Formats: sequence, structure tokens, C-alpha cells
Amino acid sequence: MSAKLVQGYEVVIGFETHAQLSTQSKIFSRAPTAFGAEPNTQACAVDLALPGTLPVMNLGAVERAIELGLALGSHIAERSVFARKNYFYPDLPKGYQISQFEIPVVQGGEVSFMLGDEKKTVRLVRAHLEEDAGKSLHEDFIGQSGIDLNRAGTPLLEIVTEPDMRSSDEAVAYAKKLHEIVTWIGICDGNMQEGSFRCDANVSVRKPGAALGTRREIKNLNSFKFMQQAIDYEVRWQIEEIEDGRAIQQATVLFNPDTGETRAMRTKEDAADYRYFPDPDLPPLVIGRDWVERVRSEMVELPWVMAARFCADYGLPEYDAATLTQSMAMAAYFEATAKACGQPKLASNWIMGEVLRRLNSGELAFEHLPVGSTRLAALIGRIADGTISNNAAKQVFDALWTDGGEVDAIIDAKGLRQMNDSSALEAIIDEVLAANAKNVEEFKAGNAKAFNALVGQAMKASKGKANPAQVNDMLKQKLG
Amino acid sequence: MTELHHLGVAELTALLQSKQVSAVEVATRFLARLGGNPHNAFLDIDSEVTLAQARASDAKLAAGTAGPLEGVPIAHKDVFVTKDLVTTAGSRMLNGYRSPFDATVVARLRQAGMVTLGKLNCDEFAMGSANENSAFGPVTNPWNTAHVPGGSSGGSAAAVAARLTPAATGTDTGGSIRQPAAFCGITGIKPTYGRASRYGMVAYASSLDQAGPMARSAEDCALLLSAMCAPDLDRDSTSLDVAQEDFSATLGHSLQGLRVGLPKEFFGEGLAADVRRAIDAALAQLQALGATLVPIGLPRTELSIPVYYIIAPAEASSNLSRFDGVKFGHRAADFADLTDMYKKTRAQGFGQEVKRRIMTGAYVLSHGYYDAYYLQAQKIRRMIADDFQNAFASCDVIAGPVAPTTAWKLGDKANDPVASYLADIFTLPASLAGLPCMSLPVGLGESGMPVGLQLIGNYLQEAKLLNVAHQFQLATPHHKQQPGAAA
Repeated sequence: MSAKLVQGYEVVIGFETHAQLSTQSKIFSRAPTAFGAEPNTQACAVDLALPGTLPVMNLGAVERAIELGLALGSHIAERSVFARKNYFYPDLPKGYQISQFEIPVVQGGEVSFMLGDEKKTVRLVRAHLEEDAGKSLHEDFIGQSGIDLNRAGTPLLEIVTEPDMRSSDEAVAYAKKLHEIVTWIGICDGNMQEGSFRCDANVSVRKPGAALGTRREIKNLNSFKFMQQAIDYEVRWQIEEIEDGRAIQQATVLFNPDTGETRAMRTKEDAADYRYFPDPDLPPLVIGRDWVERVRSEMVELPWVMAARFCADYGLPEYDAATLTQSMAMAAYFEATAKACGQPKLASNWIMGEVLRRLNSGELAFEHLPVGSTRLAALIGRIADGTISNNAAKQVFDALWTDGGEVDAIIDAKGLRQMNDSSALEAIIDEVLAANAKNVEEFKAGNAKAFNALVGQAMKASKGKANPAQVNDMLKQKLG
Repeated sequence: MTELHHLGVAELTALLQSKQVSAVEVATRFLARLGGNPHNAFLDIDSEVTLAQARASDAKLAAGTAGPLEGVPIAHKDVFVTKDLVTTAGSRMLNGYRSPFDATVVARLRQAGMVTLGKLNCDEFAMGSANENSAFGPVTNPWNTAHVPGGSSGGSAAAVAARLTPAATGTDTGGSIRQPAAFCGITGIKPTYGRASRYGMVAYASSLDQAGPMARSAEDCALLLSAMCAPDLDRDSTSLDVAQEDFSATLGHSLQGLRVGLPKEFFGEGLAADVRRAIDAALAQLQALGATLVPIGLPRTELSIPVYYIIAPAEASSNLSRFDGVKFGHRAADFADLTDMYKKTRAQGFGQEVKRRIMTGAYVLSHGYYDAYYLQAQKIRRMIADDFQNAFASCDVIAGPVAPTTAWKLGDKANDPVASYLADIFTLPASLAGLPCMSLPVGLGESGMPVGLQLIGNYLQEAKLLNVAHQFQLATPHHKQQPGAAA
């Protein structure tokens, strides 16, 4: 592997990602999981750990774990075990978190992605099901802390990688790819601000060929930007420590976006003994082959499978196919447009160009696109049949984007129809040649720019409606 | 007519259904007996709640919409949470706690028409064999108030024996139904693990806890158990998906040809002579009823003590973590910070035995000890279960003593937890294997205290156990014997 060195050090990164699963109810209770409700309104007796309450597995959470495992080529354990992780904290109602410890539901697998032109593959160790804790609110309660248990019991899938990444770029690319996959298959809404997709990065550095260095874990990275900043800072900090002759202590650190620094929360010395043991309230989770096959048959087409199909069925270049399959909404938009207009490459160009540019500048999501696939297809149809020029089409697209309306009506209202009538065009060109004798002379004397000036004059005279290619041809013909 | 409080569940049901007596009359009669809280058996009584339920029962009886046990009173061990009555689990930690819901078992018995008389004293969080570990004082044995009633369902056993209630619920983790039933001369059954829902039972050791009825006869227990048990898959993941069963249906079967296995490990040195005599007489009676006695072995019986006292405390240490002063229950009045709040709350809220088991449990689960203790215990637990399966190859039910001795005197073992643990030797194996098992009275020992015979069946064989016990009770008067205190 061609590792990119930082000041002579190799960077080693592993990830633990908590993906909140998109179930309607909690992992072990029937309380709803919706975000943003009034504190403690979405916690039932089970979530509050009232005496006598017991957990019951939400099979929807299990199915989502199976889906991820199938998407990443993992082994789906036929029998996995829930364990209790025991510790005291006010927002942990039972005094233990139900998680999977020794035998997780998803084992192995890999995530592949492009880093520039290079294909990278990060191996997964495991993905296991667990419940989230509540939240401690330290503000707004003078001298006291408030506890909101709405989030307690929310289903999480913790996805753990091998320490396979060698740079912050690669780490961010991995995280983006994983994010793309979980949102694509619909097991997680991917909302990083709301904490639906939280990453912890285990970072260490070493001299090439040396044993793994001591790692520090950066917790709760909730944006790709902070992820990169935090890892870069952490790498520089660790190298400085080592260069200054200090050993790295294993620790958990937090990234402060305001200072751009990481700061240790706790070191290994004060690591708790969680006294894991199998939860006697939950029998082992048994997943038969038939269940796995049913989930497989109901799963959406995976992005890389769809991309390969786009290349094969629509003749798209790999780059186009990979770009268009970055989100399910974009891929669906492409496919609908391509089918409606019969011009897949044009559809691809328009989506990757005008559509993405506008979405990005307006920070709009694909789901809220103002120009539907039917209209875009109609527009592309008008380019393909020569009714309007590519430039005119951009004007039409502008109008569609801002005001809506129908493609043909806008073309007519704006008078953008191309002049495809050659006798009319010939008349215009004759006029232009007569009125611009000087340019004609210059062209004949060998000045190529003069030809372009004539084309420009002809287009202007046609009020932009002439087909530029046709103007070119006709001028060349007239000027011999 | 015999006074109402001398009647059992079956008899009261007959009177109520034929409208010879009203539910309010029955409830009033039993409530009248609770004045002064005899034997300290009850922890909460609310006559308004009881009488309101009794009036509702009378309305249903009048309307012809009565449940099978309509109007029959029952009292619940205080580890079952109840909406209308306080639930403490015998602990200061839950002093005054009211649950927003009824335990499934309580709800099912209410659905069957039973009227709640109150909540019954027990060892704190069901940890104990003498009911001396209740934060609300010990329960005394109605046969002799100088003696313990057994535990942890001591209040349940004492209340039934003293005719304070015709029936009670109990819970059995390592013998907590069978041993107090034996000590107080009543009948009690722990069904197969998973038969009765654990939802709404304050958890002690989740993989062992099981609810069951305690009453005066196998016939009554069969009626109660039929109402208590049904799948509760939406609330309890360990609930068994087996159809509700009428355990009364087969009570009349003959015992001819029944093979009764006698584990030699249950009849060794530690067994008191008077207990041995009563058990032998009972076994002879079973023979007289047509059963054959088969010698069997349960070779890991002794190991069940260390195995139980590793697994149960391990689970308890985790189950009791929720009592932290944050959300419900006791919270220390003064504290410096969060850790101090936890420490003081738990130091004040839990009693000695509970603390001892939490510490034992935390120890056996801790890093570096888990494999040697907890994992090893789980392996032996499986072997104990296998031993039973080997034994059931040659017998239909297993019989033996419930406890090595009759009820001891209050205070005798209070300061010697190990001696108390050792006395659980005959009840622990069936608990660890999750098998149905019961206790029925078979006479009195030297000190005039009752002796209980234990019957253990294979999985889901509750009906067989109740059948054997009922046939025995048809032929013998022991279950009708009652302490002087019951008059």
C-alpha cells in the first residue's frame, strides 16, 4: 500500500460509527423514535426502566442490520447474543446498556470507495445492535442537570472497521461512502446534525513498518468537515508528542470545532469495568437463512450494482454512473429522465451539470427539486430534435427552475425556437455578408477570427435562433 | 356453613358462582381478619380498592359475565407491581412506590375475576430463605410465631396458612415458593420457566425468576395456575409460546404405574430425621396409590449451591442498578455530587443481604473473574439440566424433601448467610434447570412444624405434578391441617 506519510509517520485510522436505525419505534419498546419531541414525552415504562419492565426485540431493527450486512458482504450470524454493559449514569435508566458484545449480528464485510483515482477497501470487523442512552441537559437547570429520556432505547447499529485507513482524506471518504450506503438502503436517515450518524475515529501514528502506535479515540464527529479537521489536528498533535519524546497515552478525546483542537476526556486508567454478561431477559437472536433470503429479496438495488447497470444499459461512462448513483433520489431522477427522453448521455450531462450546480448553490436536497424528470426529459427532447440550442435550453431550464411552467410554452414565450428553415437562414446570411464586406475581405486574406465575427453577426441577426452549426456550414459554403 | 375464611379457592368459587355468597361478603370477611396485620404478612391493604373490586365482581356475577375465579380474593407478593396498591419488593428503596401498570400475572388474575386483598411481605427483592430480610420487618410462622415462615415468599405462605387469604401469588428464584410453602404447610407450585409472564415482577435473577400460586391444595393451585399462565410474547421475551392450559382437567387421573424418581442426593446425611420420616411416609402413600419408586441420581446437586449463588447475584447486581435515586424510589436527602448521591442512596435504600448479593454479583462479573466464576457456573448449570433429562429417562416425576429441616427459629441463621444458602440445596437444582416443581404438605416434624414434599416434573409437566399432588391430597389429610393461629 502506498501510504501517504506525514512528517515521516504513517497515519492509522479505524472507525466506529453509530448509525441510528430508521425504525418507527424503539429497539426494545413500543415508544416512538421521532426526533425533536418535548423532553420525556417519547419514553414509556420500559425506556424509563420502571420496576418489572422487560425488553422485547424490535424485529425491524434486526432486519436493518441484516440489510447492512448483505450490502457489505458480511456474514449474518445465525445466532447472536445481547449483553449488558453495566455502568451508572443518570441518562442510562437501567444502569446498563443492552448491546452485543462477544457475538454480534453482522460479522466481517467491507466498504469500497474511490479516493481520487485509487480504489480503496476498508474491512469491517463487525456491526452490532444496541440501544442509545438518553441525554443529560446541563444548561437551563440552575445548579442541576435535567435528563431527557426520549432518545433512550433508540436503535443503533455500531459499525466497526479494521484500522485500514491511512489518511484523513481516506477516513472522510470512507465515512461518506458508509453514509451513502446506509441512507441508500434506507436503514438510517443519515442526519448528522441530529446525531443519526455519529463517527468515532481511532487514530494512531507510527513509523512505516513499525508496530501499531497507541491510539486515541476521537468521539462523536458529527460532520465530515470536523472529521477531517479533528483527525488532521490529532495526527499533528501525536507526532509532536512523539517528536518531543513523550509517549501517547490511550485516551478518549473530544474535538472542539471552535478551537479546532482535540482534548482528552478520559484516559485508559479510569476506564470502567463494564461487567459484560449475556442479557438474561433476551434469548439469543436467531436469524434463519430464510429470513436473510427474504430480506435480500426485498432489498433495493445497491448503488454499485445500479452503476454497473447504467453503464451496460445506458452506455454511460463509469464516472457518470458512479456520480449519478451517489444518492437514490438522483439515480431515480436520472433513470426516469433518461427513459422519458431516450437520451441517457444528455440526461446524465444535464443532471451532473446544471441540476447539481443549482442544487449545490441553493443547498437543496434532491427530494425538493423544482424541475421534475418529465420536464427535464421534455427539455432534452427539444435539444435533441433541434428545436432549441443548448444555450437556449439553459434559459428554458432557468425559467422552469424559478417559475415552473411547460417547456414548449416557455420556448415560445421567449422566442427561443431555432431557425431550422434554411431559406430564411440563407437570406440572413446574405444580408450579413453584404453588410460586413470588411470581415469577408479579412477572412479571404486568411484571418480566421473574421469568420467567427461573421458567425456572431449571423447569430445576432437571427436573434439567437439560428442553429450555430448550420450557420457555420452555410457561411463556409458561401465564402467558398 | 363453615366460616368463609376456612374455604379454599375451589369452594369459594362454587359458592360465588351459585350466588350463595357475594364477593363483597367474602372480601369483607377476609379484610376483617387482616386487622393488626397478623404475622406481619401484609405490606399494603386498601379496603376501598378491595371492596370496589368485589362490588364489580358481584355485578359481573349478577350479569352472567363472571370470570372463572370471580370474586375469590387473592393477595400478591410485593414483587408484583400493582396500579392500585404500593409496591415495595420489601425494600426501603421502593418505599411508597406506585407502578403505573399491573404486572401481567396480576392483570390475568384480575381478568379471571379475582379480588385483590393486598400486598404481601417478602424478603427484600426476593433475596432470602426466612423472610427476615424485609425492610418492613420479619414475617412469623403461623404454626409457631417463634419460627420463620421461610422465604422469600414468606408473607404469601404465612397469609395462606393463617387463613388470611385463600390464595396468594409467590415467586420462586431458588425455592422461594416451595420452601415457604413447606415451612407453613401449604401447597405451592413454580411452573416451567417462561410459563408465567415476568412482566411486572420486580426482577431479582431474570433467568430464574418465575411466578406461581400458593394455596391450600393442589386443586386450588391448578385453578390459579390455569389463570396465571399464558404467552406474553409482546412484553416478556422469555415467555414461552405454549397455549394456555387447563391444569384442572387431569387432576383425576390415576397414579397407577407412575414412576417416581428418588434422587439419592436428596436423602443423604444432611436431611433431618423428622423430615425424612414424613417424606418416607408420603412416598409410601404414593406407592399405595399405585406409583413405583425408582432410585435415580442427580450427581451435581451439591454444585447447585455455588452455581446458584454466582448466577443469581450476577443477574441481581445488574437488575438492581436501576435503583439509583434518579428516576423513582428512594434518593438520599443530602449529597455532594452525583457519585455521592448514588452511594448514599444505595447505602440507605438497600439492606444487608441485597448489598451482599450485589457485591458478590459485581465481583463474579468483573474483568478477570468472569470466566472463572460466571462462565463456569453457566456450564455447570447446563450439566445440572442434563442430569435431570437423564433422570427423566427412568421416571415420570421426581420426589424428595423441599428443605433439609423444618422451619427454624427467627434469628437462627440471620447472621450466617452461608448456613441459610446451604439450606436451599434441594430447591436450587430444579430452579437452575427451569423445571416445574411444587411443594405439598406431608405432615408435621418433631417441633410440630410442617414438612413439605417436593415434586419435580419435566418441562411443561405442571399438570402431571398437580395430578400427583391432588391424588395424594384426596387420600391424606395433611393439607387440611392448619395452625392454631388460623382459627
